Amino acid sequence: MNKIPSALTLGIRRGGLEIRQFARQRESVIFTLLFPVILLLIFGSVFSDTIAPDVTFSQYFLAGMIASGLVNTGFQGLAITIPLERDFGALKRLRGTPMPASSYFIGKAILVSVSMVIQILMLLGFGVAFFGVAMPSDVNKWITFAWLTLLGSACSTALGIAFSVVPKSGRGASAVVSPIVIILQFFSGVFFIFTQLPTWMQQFASIFPLKWLTQGMRSVFLPDSFATQEVAKSWENGKTFLVLIIWLIIGVFFSVRKFKWDRD
Amino acid sequence: MNAIEVTGLRKSYGDIHAVQGIDLSIASGEIFALLGPNGAGKTTTVEILEGFRSRDGGDVSVLGFDPREEGHAAREWRNRIGIVLQSTSDSGDLTVVETIEHFSGYYSNPRNVDEVINSVGLDEKAGSLIRKLSGGQRRRLDVALGIIGNPELLFLDEPTTGFDPEARRAFWALIQKLRGNGTTILLTTHYLDEAEALADRVGVINNGQILEIATPTELGGRSTSQALVTWRDGSDVKSENTDNPTALVNRLTSKFNGEIPELTVTRPSLEDIYLKMIGLTHE
Repeated sequence: MNKIPSALTLGIRRGGLEIRQFARQRESVIFTLLFPVILLLIFGSVFSDTIAPDVTFSQYFLAGMIASGLVNTGFQGLAITIPLERDFGALKRLRGTPMPASSYFIGKAILVSVSMVIQILMLLGFGVAFFGVAMPSDVNKWITFAWLTLLGSACSTALGIAFSVVPKSGRGASAVVSPIVIILQFFSGVFFIFTQLPTWMQQFASIFPLKWLTQGMRSVFLPDSFATQEVAKSWENGKTFLVLIIWLIIGVFFSVRKFKWDRD
Repeated sequence: MNAIEVTGLRKSYGDIHAVQGIDLSIASGEIFALLGPNGAGKTTTVEILEGFRSRDGGDVSVLGFDPREEGHAAREWRNRIGIVLQSTSDSGDLTVVETIEHFSGYYSNPRNVDEVINSVGLDEKAGSLIRKLSGGQRRRLDVALGIIGNPELLFLDEPTTGFDPEARRAFWALIQKLRGNGTTILLTTHYLDEAEALADRVGVINNGQILEIATPTELGGRSTSQALVTWRDGSDVKSENTDNPTALVNRLTSKFNGEIPELTVTRPSLEDIYLKMIGLTHE
């Protein structure tokens, strides 16, 4: 008698399968991967002003778009597609096999990471090519970028899986999830300069990870001189790390405890 | 040891008592069909055995394991069972062979992928995307995914709904083949002829209780019930219920001096018996 494959092995295989499935859905590939780039092109072209010495709005916006990319591919994508899989009965079928829940989650995390990497590369490519965004030369900034992306994806994935129990049906999921994401984007300094938003909006946004992700991304892609323009007069990367960790724990906790495999 | 052992199983949803004290033993290697109208407690019972639902009371052992348990032991247990659910429809962006191959990776000793594809008759569709399959072909894929892990026990929930007669016959042959390998099968179905063709024993369930468990030929006293003999006498069609149909036919043979016009001798079908048991009469 052979042993059953480990949860990690199955998780990696599920990741491969998820990517293959995703790549075959042409509409969602285009929507998820190209949409942020299109937004960047539109906003970057319309608002070409300088908002501080050596800082254009396009640069500010690029940092925000990378951060929202993490929220879109993880939280939004999963909270919409998992209820669909549940409606199809695909989740219940998986539940009836020896595949453990953790493998399913690992597979989703892999899917999110891979589409995130593609999206970031595209955004950076367009940013450099068309909007004069300079790549940081400081190694520390790249280290910050790496943990922000990693922790941001993990957090976003966990919260997406956790939130997937909220929509009652796959068809209604988009209507529940998308407004939340769009409102957060407006409140978190993606489309507007954060410090110019009303204070109550800033305070509300500070509860959620997106505000911290955008701020963290600005610390990577904007000159350090801009830090004084932030609400706290600094990048607050330590605080960002803490907020993301807390949300990651919340997301994992609810994913493990409350995940629903079946419709009823 | 029995593959499935259930005593005093109970389950309620609020005020609705879906399962009210069911006892059930299914031997290893047996094909057992659970029959009952919608809402009888069939699905609830089976889903408790499959580990999908909790129960309010009673003891359940499936391959020596309590399906209520979780963790690694549950994985080992699921490695030994196969489940074909009532309705599953994937997003369909994978091919038949990709899907079956992937699922085979979940088990410690899976069956050969090509062999399974062949046994459900999907050879020609192996490279097709799932979303391009017909309803019957999808159902056969469901069955393939249920048996890919080489299960000791297979749950089949209304497996042939939506099949054409030819596909149903092919499916029955597949099940007979699994029986030959010693697989225990718990089948729920709406088709009485299916239960009759496949099952060693059938159990009729209604209002959350088992009414009777017997072989298909003996259910409801079927084998000993009266036979109905009909024949034509001039312009009339005559019929008679009798315990001794042979004697009656002999009598008629001498009366007609040879061939009896339009002779039929029938005993109640499984369907007649079943409908009587659940309180409906045959039209």
